[in-house]
Amino acid sequence: METQNYNLICGIEIHVELRTASKMFCGCVNDPFGAQKPNIYTCPVCLGMPGALPVANKKAIEWTIRIGHALGCEINLFSKFDRKHYFYPDLPKGYQISQYDQPLCVNGLVKTEFGDVRITRIHLEEDTGKLVHQEVNGEKVSLVDFNRSSVPLVEIVTEPDIHSPQQAKAYAKKIHQIIRALHVSDADMEKGSMRLEANISMQGIGDREQGILPQYKVEVKNLNSFRFVEKAIQYEMKRQAELLEKNETPKQETRGWNEAKQHTFPQRSKESAEDYRYFPDPDLPPMRFTREYVEQLKKDLPELPEATIERWQKEFGIKENDAKILADDIEHKTVLDVLWSTAKDRHVDTAKLASLLVNKKIIVDFGISTYIEEALTAMEVLSSTMTIANDVLIAAINEVIAANPKAVVDYKARKTAVIGFFIGAVSKKLGKVDSNQVRNAVQEMLR
Amino acid sequence: MLLDLSLSELAKGLREHRFSSVDLVNECYDQIEKLNGTLNALITIIPKEEALASAQKADKELTPDASPLFGLPYVLKDSYVTKGIKTTAASNVLKDFIPQFDATVYTKLQQSGAILIGKANMDAWGHGASAENSDFGPVKNPWDDTRVSGGSTGGCAVAIATRMCAFAIGEDTGGSIRNPSAWCGTTGLKVTYGRVSRFGCIAYASSFDTVGPMAKLAEDCAIVLQAIAGVDPFDASSSPQPVEIYNDQLKSRKKLRIGIAKETLQEGVDTEIVTAVELAKETFKSMGHEIIELSMPLLDFGVAVYYQIAPSETSSNLARYDGVRFGGGRDLFTDENKRRIMIGTYALSTGYADKFYHNAQKARTLFIKEYEKAFSKCDVLLLPVTPFHAPRLGELINEPLKNALADRFTTTQNPVGIPSLALPAGFSSEGLPIGVQLTGPMFSEHILFQLAQQFQEKTDYHQRKPKGIE
Repeated sequence: METQNYNLICGIEIHVELRTASKMFCGCVNDPFGAQKPNIYTCPVCLGMPGALPVANKKAIEWTIRIGHALGCEINLFSKFDRKHYFYPDLPKGYQISQYDQPLCVNGLVKTEFGDVRITRIHLEEDTGKLVHQEVNGEKVSLVDFNRSSVPLVEIVTEPDIHSPQQAKAYAKKIHQIIRALHVSDADMEKGSMRLEANISMQGIGDREQGILPQYKVEVKNLNSFRFVEKAIQYEMKRQAELLEKNETPKQETRGWNEAKQHTFPQRSKESAEDYRYFPDPDLPPMRFTREYVEQLKKDLPELPEATIERWQKEFGIKENDAKILADDIEHKTVLDVLWSTAKDRHVDTAKLASLLVNKKIIVDFGISTYIEEALTAMEVLSSTMTIANDVLIAAINEVIAANPKAVVDYKARKTAVIGFFIGAVSKKLGKVDSNQVRNAVQEMLR
Repeated sequence: MLLDLSLSELAKGLREHRFSSVDLVNECYDQIEKLNGTLNALITIIPKEEALASAQKADKELTPDASPLFGLPYVLKDSYVTKGIKTTAASNVLKDFIPQFDATVYTKLQQSGAILIGKANMDAWGHGASAENSDFGPVKNPWDDTRVSGGSTGGCAVAIATRMCAFAIGEDTGGSIRNPSAWCGTTGLKVTYGRVSRFGCIAYASSFDTVGPMAKLAEDCAIVLQAIAGVDPFDASSSPQPVEIYNDQLKSRKKLRIGIAKETLQEGVDTEIVTAVELAKETFKSMGHEIIELSMPLLDFGVAVYYQIAPSETSSNLARYDGVRFGGGRDLFTDENKRRIMIGTYALSTGYADKFYHNAQKARTLFIKEYEKAFSKCDVLLLPVTPFHAPRLGELINEPLKNALADRFTTTQNPVGIPSLALPAGFSSEGLPIGVQLTGPMFSEHILFQLAQQFQEKTDYHQRKPKGIE
């Protein structure tokens, strides 16, 4: 394998559309995916009409700071918006309002099971409109839908700390989980409210020791699932290593992932650096925050998935793996918390309940309302079959043994069928019981 | 002429029924019919029947406590968007552009009951100091129609001087209100940045652009500013600073320290203009104000700094005029537009931005300090508006550098954000108006009005009219 001679050097950029009620710089409804028709959520500001001026959405700024806190960032007490210039039909002003050298958040850290990933920066910007290519009256045309124009968009940029495709996937999943836990975005990768890009290059093993960095970078876009990120990086590692083995430097370019063909393909060359002519947007005064304000936003953070997992293990004895799986979707968190408490009150084994939910894939397969129902049913089943504390069971079995010495003799004579008698007798005393639990207890006691 | 009267006299006359809003509007249209063909002050004229209908309505609905602007005819620079009324910024790019919304300044004036009668000609996109760089033809000076009106807000100044309106709204990015006010013998105010909402003002250079009043005299400007000033939720750069009651402040006769920077009266300034400033100085002195001589050497770099930042911002602001969603294509920009777009694009480019745009922004901070220093010694500065008289048509447009130098005394206030009022202060031997300006610290409009009002009580330059305006 060529890749053995090289280390992956990879950084990831994640774009997240915030689900604020209104857009980033105007009062238009922020619901590009729910819109019934193109261009209905538009106004002079997000259409870039002459004389229109942007006014920043305070909630979007606060939510970005929340994300920053959740990812362990420092929050800049002074920040500003800049104009990033380029021409494209979906960019009505000829520039995108973004943040250049003074983003809201810097220097964060995200832990994954494959190693830490440092966050370089998190900044807030506006999304563009969307081009739709279709045929109208037999003519191929490109249409623009501005419903998405100026929707608040957060960009999270990492250092090149990602050293395996698995780590990339784990990092992306973790960000997804945290964003969902913060209730700031649907982070729906399929729809595009969360979008991934990976910057991938390969460094020769020897180069690493000498601190020589790769002379190129390949950007892979359109990675709209966690699996694609992993696969695209795997593919690129191999492709780039093969070129390097032939003493070729991979081209500096932007590539896309083709799921059908299972490969990346070139989209546009990036050999000459683009010049965005950034400068501070004079229409938007710079932002100054007090430390108190920033700290208050930190205090107001909801519980993050990591803390939830830990608490569930501690408070309810749920197995780490189960907790991880169940905490994955934050929409279920509140329901599960209620479920655990109720179960605990009824002396249901919460660890088993959790395992049952995971095994039955209830979360994956059912909507939230059926989910609650299913979970409650599972709990009922558990409470009727597994609630017998061991001491109660042992006392009951002892009574049966005392009253039926013959059965004990039969059992010891390896007439194992007699176990059924014990289960029946214990059931008579305790009501509906878990036959496995009784069987195990009897076997243990008569061993 | 009724329109020779000040705004407060007009408001009084309407309330006393000595004349009607209809009379005023008729007088405006008479002047427009007579002179607009030659002078080219207005690009769009509101149909007379519409304006008259508004006037009739105003006459019926006038109440004693209505705004002093109620029923008074005015014009807007064609850089303000007006819903349903063509707005061009004097460019062929927007030749047939009908906006979908109203500029805040227009909304406020409509609410005060003033009557819009036209949209004034200007240098396209505000690019110019002569109002010749218009795709709708040059604006000519009413004092000598072989000369320019000044710019970029030339059309407004001409409309006031020729009584086509009672007042106007201009826009000043580096002298665009003050320069034509000086060359046309009218009074105009560049407001403190943020004092008046820019929402709906077609941007030239967003960090310099200011929306301000133009009229015959300072007191009129005060009345108009009262109606248009204040914070606007649609303009994040508008200031929450409370608005002064300018009329109360006008009466104050506080003794002030008036500073004169020697650099503003040195070489390159027409001697007649220097004399006008000296005379104004003596007039203020005679009123008991103290004159402070000082030196502000940095002001000489005003044009250099202005012509880095303003083109940079305009190259960005004009990027939206791609012809995709509205308006014509980029080929319709004039040479001057293209020149500024290219200079600005260059100044912002990687490798050059540090040398040009960023250095200019540092110089901007130096200007702020230079003015702070000056205002620690005086309350207000007195200086010329332009270094020379209104040039002949074609002179500036063929000499971009001279065009730039016309802004010599008007380009340092915008980077700093401070207000400056231009007012008539004399005439050249050839009978051309000369203006001086009073520049004060941030939000000192009320002080500028005070001083200018006193000056206009003592002088009659502002009352003189071009020949043929009877």
